[in-house]
Amino acid sequence: MKTILYIIQKEFKQIFRNKGMLPIIFVLPLLQLVILSNAATFEVKNIKFGYIDNDHTSTSRALIEKFNASTYFDVLTDFPSENIGSAAMLQGEVDVLLEIPRHFERDLQKEKRTNLGVTINAIDGAAAGVENVYVTQIVQNFNQHLKVDLMQISDKQVQPVAIETIPLFWYNETLNYKTFMVPGILVLLVTMITLFLSGMNIVREKEIGTLEQINVTPIKKSQFIIGKLFPFWVLGLGLLTIGLIIAKLIFDVPMVGSLVLMYFYTSIYILVVLGIGLFISNFTETQQQAMFIAWFFTVIFILMSGLFTPIESMPEWAQIITEFNPIKYFVEVMRMVMLKGSGFMDILPQLLKTLLYAVIMNGLAVWSYRKTN
Amino acid sequence: MNKNKVIQVEGLTKMFGDFTAVNAITFDVEKGEIFGFLGANGAGKTTAMKMLIGISKPTSGNATVAGFDVYTNAEDIKKNIGYMSQKFALYDDLTVKENITFFGGIYGLSRAKIKEKSNELIEELGLQDVANQLVGSLPLGWKQKISFSVALLHDPKIVFLDEPTGGVDPITRRQFWEMIYKAANQGTTIFVTTHYMDEAEYCDRVSIMVNGKIEALDTPKKLKEQFKAANMNDVFLKLARG
Repeated sequence: MKTILYIIQKEFKQIFRNKGMLPIIFVLPLLQLVILSNAATFEVKNIKFGYIDNDHTSTSRALIEKFNASTYFDVLTDFPSENIGSAAMLQGEVDVLLEIPRHFERDLQKEKRTNLGVTINAIDGAAAGVENVYVTQIVQNFNQHLKVDLMQISDKQVQPVAIETIPLFWYNETLNYKTFMVPGILVLLVTMITLFLSGMNIVREKEIGTLEQINVTPIKKSQFIIGKLFPFWVLGLGLLTIGLIIAKLIFDVPMVGSLVLMYFYTSIYILVVLGIGLFISNFTETQQQAMFIAWFFTVIFILMSGLFTPIESMPEWAQIITEFNPIKYFVEVMRMVMLKGSGFMDILPQLLKTLLYAVIMNGLAVWSYRKTN
Repeated sequence: MNKNKVIQVEGLTKMFGDFTAVNAITFDVEKGEIFGFLGANGAGKTTAMKMLIGISKPTSGNATVAGFDVYTNAEDIKKNIGYMSQKFALYDDLTVKENITFFGGIYGLSRAKIKEKSNELIEELGLQDVANQLVGSLPLGWKQKISFSVALLHDPKIVFLDEPTGGVDPITRRQFWEMIYKAANQGTTIFVTTHYMDEAEYCDRVSIMVNGKIEALDTPKKLKEQFKAANMNDVFLKLARG
């Protein structure tokens, strides 16, 4: 036990003495939190909007005016024909093209219903979906009897919208993307910093030759590893604390659930990350190698975590892979506890899986650490 | 086991794939002896030493160090030996005192003992002025002396020194050997590799490795007679050239 204290003492001294590393540990992640949370938004704004008005009546102009008034659309041009409009979309000059048919006003008044044609540039599928909703909402707002036909390039079949939906968003009523993103990005930062630092730390000792000196001492493997990883465990929790404060102060993200539960889960989660970091460092000889491998896994973990794209929309085989992704569980727990106020029993499945993961990874790491080659 | 033989090696071999780095070496080292372990670059000295200090498993052969078997009791060996590697292996970003405290701590010395040892050592090496400076800022010769003292911190029975005086000036080398003699006089066995043949003359006995094998082993005086050479340098050249 005393031996471990000597190692912890030494690690902390080295961490806080490293003037190049300290800002990387504390300042950069927080900068990232502030920048990414603002930038990584799913809100679609400044949509380039074009229209083809075949009707030229006061009603059609009033409809266009609705779009003009919306903050989401930049109304660009009145295209004289559909062909020219399509060509502009091909050039990437418009995102959404609205075609108002001839006799629009007359049909609306006489038959109480008419159709509109909307073409959306769906290269970015997610954005196109959002744009479709915006257009529909504006048009329905304009007149309940209007029906938007989403034109697809292959078939111009009309899919009539028969049911009117009134969305009600729970837990994040205003659909504020920052509320959604900040907990997720905080997860990334805690993960990346603890993974990279712990992974590189032991490899660094290999590089400078001090690990050999340690291996010649009678120190026990478990003592060395606990002493080595404990400081990074503390650092990870420290980072979470600062991140949570920023989330509250700058982004006003609610903390509905229990902070104690949040810290309890995170303290287990960091063990998983540290185990992975140590495991990587056992199989690498240089910091570059360790960095590359750590980065490789981080990218996969992040993209398959459900942070940026919902896991439900992944193919089934990919969903199975995400079961092995620790970041996925952390993102889920973070959002559940912070936004929904989930309690211990609610996060129990995630908690148990994470605990199992931690036991396995650290077991592997201790097993693969060799004092004798 | 002969009580006075602190290192006993018999047919010790290490292979890396097809390459035999250490080829069935056999020798003994007695208690309190300064044993010079010589050889050209790549002759297998460091590999042999790594097997003796328990960080590399032998391919075949037997060896006991301080009475413990290198296969089964490597961790017990580590309690009884000190080691100073070729590469400077203290922490550059810790001060002299912090390095001493850290290594004392992981060898399991008590706080009081560490403090006592640390003061003793700093005084002996005349490091009072730099005790709180980062080790990285000190000249190489000083670092080597501190390394050696740290290797002796836990009063080991045997100290393994891998080219301890590489790259330091003649005066520092001289002082370094005075430290080695002092330790040997106190009963510590010294196992040292070197490239400096004048240093080989200071050893009680010397072995010379060529291509993984020990080609000669005796006192410097007898080796010179055996090879009809004026000094150890000539002995070494005759052997190493084949």
